[in-house]
Amino acid sequence: MGSNMAENHPVGFRWPMQAKERGATIIHVDPRFSRTSAVADLYVPIRPGSDIAFLGGLINYVLNHDKWFKEYVIAYTNASSIVGDDYVDAEDNGGLFSGYDPKSGSYDNASWAYSGPPQEAKEDASAHTGHGMEGTSPAKHRPARDETLQHPRSVFQILKHHYARYTPEMVERVCGTPQSLFLQVAEVLTRNSGRERTSAICYAVGWTQQSYGAQIIRAAGILQLLLGNIGRPGGGIMALRGHASIQGSTDVPTLFDLLPGYLPHPAAFKGDDTLERYMRESAVRGGYWSNLPKFMVSLLKAWYGDAATAENEFGYQWIPKLTGDHSHISTSAAMADGKVKGFVVFGQNPANGSAHAGLQRRALTQLDWMVAIDLYETETAAFWYAAPEGWKPADIKTEVFLLPSAGPPEKDGTFTNTQRLLQFHDKAVDPPEDARSDLWFLYHLGRRLKELYSGSTNPRDQGLLNLTWDYLPGRPNPEWRIKDEPSDEKVLMEINGYTVADGKQLPDFERLKADGSTACGVWIYSGVFPGPEKNMARRRTRSPDNDVNPEWGFAWPGNRRILYNRASADPAGQPWSERKKYVWWDAAAGKWTGRDVPDFPAKKAPGTPAKERGSGIDLHSGSDPFTLKADGRGWLFAPSGLKDGPLPTHYEPLESPLSNALYERQDSPVAKRFPRKDNAISPPGDPGYPYIVTTYRVTEQYTSGVMSRWNSWLSELMPEMFAEISPELAREKGIANLDWITVSTPRNQIECKALVTQRMRPLRHDGRLIHTVGLPYHWGYKGLVKGAMANDLVALSEEPNVYIQEDKAMTCSLRKGRLR
Amino acid sequence: MAVEQAGGQGLGLIGRMGMAPQPISRESVEKKPRIRDADRAVPSVCPYCAVGCSQLVYVKDRRIIDIEGNPESPINEGTLCPKGAATYQYLVNPNRLTTVRYRAPHSDHWEDRPLEWAMDRIAALIKETRDASFVERTPEGKLVNQTTAIATLGGATMDIEENYLIKKLFGAGLGVVSIENQARI
Repeated sequence: MGSNMAENHPVGFRWPMQAKERGATIIHVDPRFSRTSAVADLYVPIRPGSDIAFLGGLINYVLNHDKWFKEYVIAYTNASSIVGDDYVDAEDNGGLFSGYDPKSGSYDNASWAYSGPPQEAKEDASAHTGHGMEGTSPAKHRPARDETLQHPRSVFQILKHHYARYTPEMVERVCGTPQSLFLQVAEVLTRNSGRERTSAICYAVGWTQQSYGAQIIRAAGILQLLLGNIGRPGGGIMALRGHASIQGSTDVPTLFDLLPGYLPHPAAFKGDDTLERYMRESAVRGGYWSNLPKFMVSLLKAWYGDAATAENEFGYQWIPKLTGDHSHISTSAAMADGKVKGFVVFGQNPANGSAHAGLQRRALTQLDWMVAIDLYETETAAFWYAAPEGWKPADIKTEVFLLPSAGPPEKDGTFTNTQRLLQFHDKAVDPPEDARSDLWFLYHLGRRLKELYSGSTNPRDQGLLNLTWDYLPGRPNPEWRIKDEPSDEKVLMEINGYTVADGKQLPDFERLKADGSTACGVWIYSGVFPGPEKNMARRRTRSPDNDVNPEWGFAWPGNRRILYNRASADPAGQPWSERKKYVWWDAAAGKWTGRDVPDFPAKKAPGTPAKERGSGIDLHSGSDPFTLKADGRGWLFAPSGLKDGPLPTHYEPLESPLSNALYERQDSPVAKRFPRKDNAISPPGDPGYPYIVTTYRVTEQYTSGVMSRWNSWLSELMPEMFAEISPELAREKGIANLDWITVSTPRNQIECKALVTQRMRPLRHDGRLIHTVGLPYHWGYKGLVKGAMANDLVALSEEPNVYIQEDKAMTCSLRKGRLR
Repeated sequence: MAVEQAGGQGLGLIGRMGMAPQPISRESVEKKPRIRDADRAVPSVCPYCAVGCSQLVYVKDRRIIDIEGNPESPINEGTLCPKGAATYQYLVNPNRLTTVRYRAPHSDHWEDRPLEWAMDRIAALIKETRDASFVERTPEGKLVNQTTAIATLGGATMDIEENYLIKKLFGAGLGVVSIENQARI
């Protein structure tokens, strides 16, 4: 669901196809009949934006038909935990959970907490949310549990109640999916889950680019936990990410709200005034996140070296504090308003590839200066003379630098793929002429800035001056023409971490300390470079006897290929079945063993009771697999961590032709809109914009086209922008295949050719036919082949947890003919 | 190299097996595998999607002559998709930028500039903007040490080491808070 894997991850899709040859069933639930649908056993149409209704329907089916994996659910999830008296479910409150403040448009999640005796001396730190921190905040109370699951406020009963109206009839009404097809999915999925079998769910940006994207993934998480499909081979929820190291960019990260390794970024509005306070608020008493102070202090030591001391909070105050939402979308709005002066763009193309591309281009005209770094001239670099707005260059003040950069075979470096696998690529040749790696740019820019500020005694400059910045190799490689290239492996060694006293690289993150004696750039990557010459990301050895291939690259954390794999064994530590044997307890040896690195304390026996006092994973028993969670359990119900509710709930997209059939509340109560003149959003059922519009990619092109439209082979394969519409809609509008058409939203309009195919299928909702228009977004005004930009039509908006725009379900109008 | 042998023996095999000779053009007879004369094959990773297909970059005389899937990889076992198979042209392409291009304010054209000049100018502009916009404390007196007047946006075909230095230099060094990435999109 939410992915066209055959089209966008073709080589990864070899594996589902091989599984199919061995008897697996492939189901594709998608608004379009695509290359993936064509080879699936079952294609199931769905209206864009209705994924939670569909998944909620499956959850309801599993509960109603008693198809949940009882031993797994009772032992490994929070089904038995009891939620506090004050909790009110969205089901009983018109689609809103308790704690909603309509004025601020946000939730206070205090009433979502577990019930039970208060835990000693630990405040609720639920303010920290976002990537990876979901579920790491402590429940306020040690949960009371009812393992019979009969308590009316047990998570299990709340779940049943919450999804009771998500019936097959409702799924058909909301999603447009025929009941018979929905029931086939439910039957295949439940039949294929349990001790002997597991099912996997794959998704991509078809889920994340919605105003409740995180909750769609949560819904899949609930379903997979109920079916016992998490932490087991062949199970899981697979994020099919779109870029070579987009996982790496998330882990390291270059995201405003995180520090490396999913540590929350300190923020003034969260009261992170001191390091001590930040660590107290961010650490979680139960589970592995209790070690956060070790990760944080080690990070500060990696960044500021000897200047980071206990006396100066290890340099904590040199890290800027957030004062609000500094995400890409919010920053774009600020830039359009002239509040951003300088912009550095590395291999990125917002003038075409980001939401509301027209606003993005206008924002660039407001800058004093911009640096764009790429292999090719991008729409972003060329905005001042080539944008479709037709501005006069003389009117644009922005000083623009376009620096040529290097591709992967022209530099050493590491990508983290979608499986959390770090793979090193070796430099094969020098980049041409003045082209340089981004590492070169960053190193030499940092060196110059340090020189410009040298001698400053201003406290605000001390962070920069104290940054450890020793990355030139001891001896440049004589083979290369470029002699001042920094050593990529030196950076990777800092990321891995070392002991401060002797500079020795650390074997893994278990050795990190909070006293300043260790340094580590990205704690989750620790172990990638555990000794001199030991670059684990550069390992390229296959293991013929182990299909996990543990010696190919390095997976974080600690080379574990399946997270929470303790759940692949039963509570007593034995495999659920011989067929699904993966990691188990070896009683004779007194340790966990298996095909993968156990994601559990190596010597903690299955029968170990949870400690009542102390902190960390000692508070978990030997049968609590979810080590990062405060209570060690998989969360069906999320008492904290999410800004838009403890349970996924169906809302309509911000723009929808339909009213919410399930709740009075139409759309996400906490998604961020940007109510500006240039960012109008159509109201529900707007007759002016009656069709749904969704964006997608094709195999032969790549995102905004910078890496494909300068390539003659790829441009020839897929030369032209188009809008894909159904024969029914084409007939209704008098449009023939390859006619020019104009597609509009309140933000902008674009022209392109119509591609009339039966792959687009109108769906019936309450007797009404709803049409969907599909738009690829690869074209622009530079490159060998040019065309309209789908992102011109998209609104600025933000999903509340991860700040992603909604472009998979919008509304549009459409007419025959060109723009003018 | 295995591929080379298979190619070289093709015609002989047909003859030995007693099959009727097929009409083969001179061009076909003289064709050789693209990688035949490579000095070496350097392992790399595909720059496109996140599957992480391993590639072999064939180099001759310090130039890339071809890029193919790496048969050793458990991920792709030598295969590549249409984009991955076109990686060669991503790197070896007459449309590629190889010099620094500079557009002065209000100018209507690009100019080529020396790399070192551009680096000096960029560093100076960053310092100027940072110094003019830096906020040490909020009006309520909270220490924030930040600037919102500079933003960075990174692509996700960059190495983790590069991302790490962006966060370190711009965040921990300069106080920039809007450090964002394709991963947000």
